[in-house]
Amino acid sequence: MSIFPEINLFGLFSQLLVGMINGSFYALLSLGLAIIFGLLRIINFAQGAFYMLGAFGAWLSLQFLGLNYWWALLLVPVGVGLLGTLLERTLIRRISGEGELYSLLLTFGVALIVQGLFSKWFGVSGLPYQVPELLQGGIRLPVMYLPTYRVWILLLSLGVCLAAWLLIERTRLGSYLRAGTENPQLMKAFGINVPLIVTLTYSFGVALAGLAGVLAAPVYSVSPLMGSNILIVVFAIVVIGSMGSIGGAILTGLGMGVIEGLTKYFYPEASATVIFLVMVLVLIFKPAGLFARAA
Amino acid sequence: MNAATSGAVTTAKLHIQNLHAYYGESHILHGLSLIVRQGELVTLLGRNGAGRTTALRAIMNMVGRRIGTILINGVETLSMPAHRIAHLGVGYCPEERGIFASLTVEENLLLPPAIQPGGMSVDEIYTMFPNLAERRRSQGTRLSGGEQQMLALARILRTGADILLLDEITEGLAPVIVRRLAEVLEQLKRRGLTILLVEQNFRFAAPLADRHYLLEHGRIVEEVFAHELDTKSSMLNAYLGV
Ligand SMILES: Nc1ncnc2c1ncn2[C@@H]1O[C@H](COP(=O)(O)OP(=O)(O)O)[C@@H](O)[C@H]1O
Ligand SMILES: [Mg+2]
Repeated sequence: MSIFPEINLFGLFSQLLVGMINGSFYALLSLGLAIIFGLLRIINFAQGAFYMLGAFGAWLSLQFLGLNYWWALLLVPVGVGLLGTLLERTLIRRISGEGELYSLLLTFGVALIVQGLFSKWFGVSGLPYQVPELLQGGIRLPVMYLPTYRVWILLLSLGVCLAAWLLIERTRLGSYLRAGTENPQLMKAFGINVPLIVTLTYSFGVALAGLAGVLAAPVYSVSPLMGSNILIVVFAIVVIGSMGSIGGAILTGLGMGVIEGLTKYFYPEASATVIFLVMVLVLIFKPAGLFARAA
Repeated sequence: MNAATSGAVTTAKLHIQNLHAYYGESHILHGLSLIVRQGELVTLLGRNGAGRTTALRAIMNMVGRRIGTILINGVETLSMPAHRIAHLGVGYCPEERGIFASLTVEENLLLPPAIQPGGMSVDEIYTMFPNLAERRRSQGTRLSGGEQQMLALARILRTGADILLLDEITEGLAPVIVRRLAEVLEQLKRRGLTILLVEQNFRFAAPLADRHYLLEHGRIVEEVFAHELDTKSSMLNAYLGV
């Protein structure tokens, strides 16, 4: 006799899978936040709104342009990234150097406006989006049922995170990004066009949120408030991993998803708060974050 | 031998006229004027706080407001964004060295983009600074102070910059490393580079330099040619407080 009855093992693995899927979204979103904070020192409260725009981008381009999921996956992140370019060039740039609080307030305000408009236009009840035909169905394993689309989310976000990590840690462009995080003024003195890199970085970080939004459209309902719900958790994750640490954001995102899933299984009452509990512990015992880089 | 005394027609690589510079409300440079010609090594001497670092940072557009004229190769740069100035051929080695902790030694070396042809190759640089070759995979800030200084200097030699602004490169270094830096500067002079050197260590600078400017309270108070050092030494000592 095993300690856990079979049905519970099934439940455990299901919650683990749900945790990993949530963790994938956390990883994508906190990666974008960490990249943006690292170079721009901007606390981008609009990240959740861009995630929501990604999901709506997929829904709208299907409704009005007839573009299917695959086209959306390709084009919507680019479109969301361009919206980010516009925001950075027109508003955020004006307050650069004014301190982190200003950028927080500005991006928070933008997020509220965007969410408000979408709530007015589409209501808050949520719109359905079909799982693409190729990814429907699932695999029945001995311990659990594995929906294909969830596997796809996991693989694609892990792949994107790994690619982003390699780009930042192993390429010349990435070395500009890392160095710009430390001393943008000296980078300018070397003749590097830092303002351009700042724009590209912001757009890229925001495009990651757009991608997460497209991925999320078939699993969570497409709703104007989907971004604000997830954003607070994602900020806790960035704090746990350490603001600005790329690898830290990815690993913490996945890890916290799993911890949340496990908590749902063992002590469901705490599942909504466990991440914040971890954040409090980290702030007490390692305030710079788990993955803070040694100076 | 030096360009300024030989009377030959030489071009000014760097020409500053009546420069005022501010950090916020603090007025630091008060009408600074100086000229550095092709192939010269010129020092900026002065007590701590005289404004030597500010002068170099003002050239790089790294201070607040600036008024006056800064010509680099004859081009007015006062209204240029900071990232364009290096492309006129300027390499800047900051007082705090500015080695990036998030980059390896080699990434630090490769960070500044090449701005014009004629820079040293990575192999030449590693021949000149063998320690850097040995430690190319280390984190930049794990190097010793002397090695970090070598790296800060090496990384602007790669870019093809032919006007070097060097801020206190011998500060806090052991005598053997200071001698090595003197050899390196001799080599750079032979290559025809133009160098503006901020130095505290007068014994290091004196044998290398063609001319010296004495800076006090943000303006030039004396210009001393290399051949005048003996006759003007008591005046220099008075200014530098040595
Ligand atoms: N970032 C800054 N903000 C305000 N004042 C500064 C700043 N940096 C330097 N100063 C002031 O400018 C003056 C000149 O400093 P500096 O150029 O560093 O002198 P030096 O390099 O000759 O020792 C000093 O009085 C110093 O206190
Ligand atoms: Mg100084």
